[in-house]
Amino acid sequence: MNWIAVAAIYRFEMARFFRTLAQSFISPVLSTSLYFVVFGAAIGSRIDQVEGVSYGAFIVPGLIMLSVITQGISNASFGIYFPKFIGTMYELLSAPVNFLEIVLGYVGAAATKAMFIGVVILVTAHLFVDLTIQHPLAMVLFMVLTCVSFSLLGFIIGIWARNFEQLQLVPLLIVTPLIFLGGSFYSISMLPPVWQTITLFNPVVYLISGFRWSFFGMADVPVGLSLLAIAFFTSLCLVAIGWIFRTGWRLRS
Amino acid sequence: MSTILSITDLRKSYADGFEALKGVSLDIQEGEILALLGPNGAGKTTLISTVCGITTATSGAVTVGGHSITTDFRAARSMIGLVPQEINLEPFETVLNTVRFSRGLFGKPRNDALLEDILKKLSLWDKRGNQIKELSGGMKRRVLIAKALSHEPRVLFLDEPSAGVDVELRKDMWEVVRELRESGVTIILTTHYIEEAEAMADRVGVIAKGEILLVEEKSDLMARMGQKELEVLLTDPIPAVPEGLKIHDLRLGEGGRSLIYTYDVKAERTGITTLLNDVAAAGLVLADVVTRQSSLEDIFVDLVSGEAA
Repeated sequence: MNWIAVAAIYRFEMARFFRTLAQSFISPVLSTSLYFVVFGAAIGSRIDQVEGVSYGAFIVPGLIMLSVITQGISNASFGIYFPKFIGTMYELLSAPVNFLEIVLGYVGAAATKAMFIGVVILVTAHLFVDLTIQHPLAMVLFMVLTCVSFSLLGFIIGIWARNFEQLQLVPLLIVTPLIFLGGSFYSISMLPPVWQTITLFNPVVYLISGFRWSFFGMADVPVGLSLLAIAFFTSLCLVAIGWIFRTGWRLRS
Repeated sequence: MSTILSITDLRKSYADGFEALKGVSLDIQEGEILALLGPNGAGKTTLISTVCGITTATSGAVTVGGHSITTDFRAARSMIGLVPQEINLEPFETVLNTVRFSRGLFGKPRNDALLEDILKKLSLWDKRGNQIKELSGGMKRRVLIAKALSHEPRVLFLDEPSAGVDVELRKDMWEVVRELRESGVTIILTTHYIEEAEAMADRVGVIAKGEILLVEEKSDLMARMGQKELEVLLTDPIPAVPEGLKIHDLRLGEGGRSLIYTYDVKAERTGITTLLNDVAAAGLVLADVVTRQSSLEDIFVDLVSGEAA
């Protein structure tokens, strides 16, 4: 393993994040506050409790997941698309590094940034609602796995994209609807029975359910299944990236 | 000298059937400077990209320092530095961080003293804290060179290093290249400027339409360039070179209207005076006298146009 190269990529990517630290920090704090005002105060005041948890607190895990997933995807996809766009990809392709090292550097940095945003939102949420985390270790594990797996997905999108529009396409058309329909702001048990079954085909349901379990000890699907789902999704992304680097798809002419 | 880079029957075809490299074979000796000349689209950049791992070859083999670029790519690539033709740099990063990144990417531990030395040599040290986007085009090209040198390559590819570069920087760059060669680095440069090849190269290769047409010692080429032609134009055409002139190495020009004499400009006696006396003695009347000297450019144009025909 060329660990020096992994560290070099990681540091270079993190430098981009630190250059725009204020924006990176302000935007999630602002959007989380807005969600709390709209969902927590305005709508939440009319919804009493969801399975014994106040609605304001209930939406916190979903909110964190929403940001962590979108941040992971956008950071990683931009991180690898930008070198393609400005042409510095040549250096990466001519360096003595293999695909695993490139992925570790880029995805590691993207996941770290997403994780940072997740923590910022968690802290912001504390200002609005009372929160107790029943299983803190599981919470951290779910958050790390989600950051990594969606950064992997973002990495694939970044390699696939030929322009900035395509870079936005998958997050906008597929990922955001999946998150919103994945129980971020409601419990699946609130849905009619048919929709409850359909929803189970949405992979995000398993992530949010597991994550929410780590906070409140309640879940829409068994926790083991949630872990299995995220492990499966991560492996799927890794296999896809392995194939991309073996064949040079959209990387090497 | 041992062979440091060996290219054997390298081919590259694209999906649309276009053959960018048609079986290129080339051995490059350690410590030499090879200039690769060729018109646009000749395959120069494709050749470099394939050796560096940016493009995948359709067939053929390449070894760097005995390491295959496919089966032992880490060892092969860590010996290579590449200065690409296009100025591709991360615009928002500083000069020093960009160069430091390159060294790390090639797996070399941090060495600030070395980077300082490289940046100073390329007159970039004062700009080390500047963002790349604040630099001029020439400065950006220096950054590309600094990046390639940062990981101490044994083989350095310079793809059109003088494209869009002012005279001063070009001379600076030649100086850097000479110093590198003295430290034992092998250099392969592609160029449009014959002058650049003449000034720096030990050997000159000519590539056109994906094929190497010639690889020759520059001194041999210069010797060929040292040949000069003298054409004596006659007022009346003659059927053959007259008996009295056969002691000179003469050719009859088109339509018997001239006599062409080839001589070495560097020779102590060119034999021109004797020739002209003998021409007068043979009763021929001179209309005009023309001399011609072939340059590297002529040889290059001849080769490439010959290939096109």
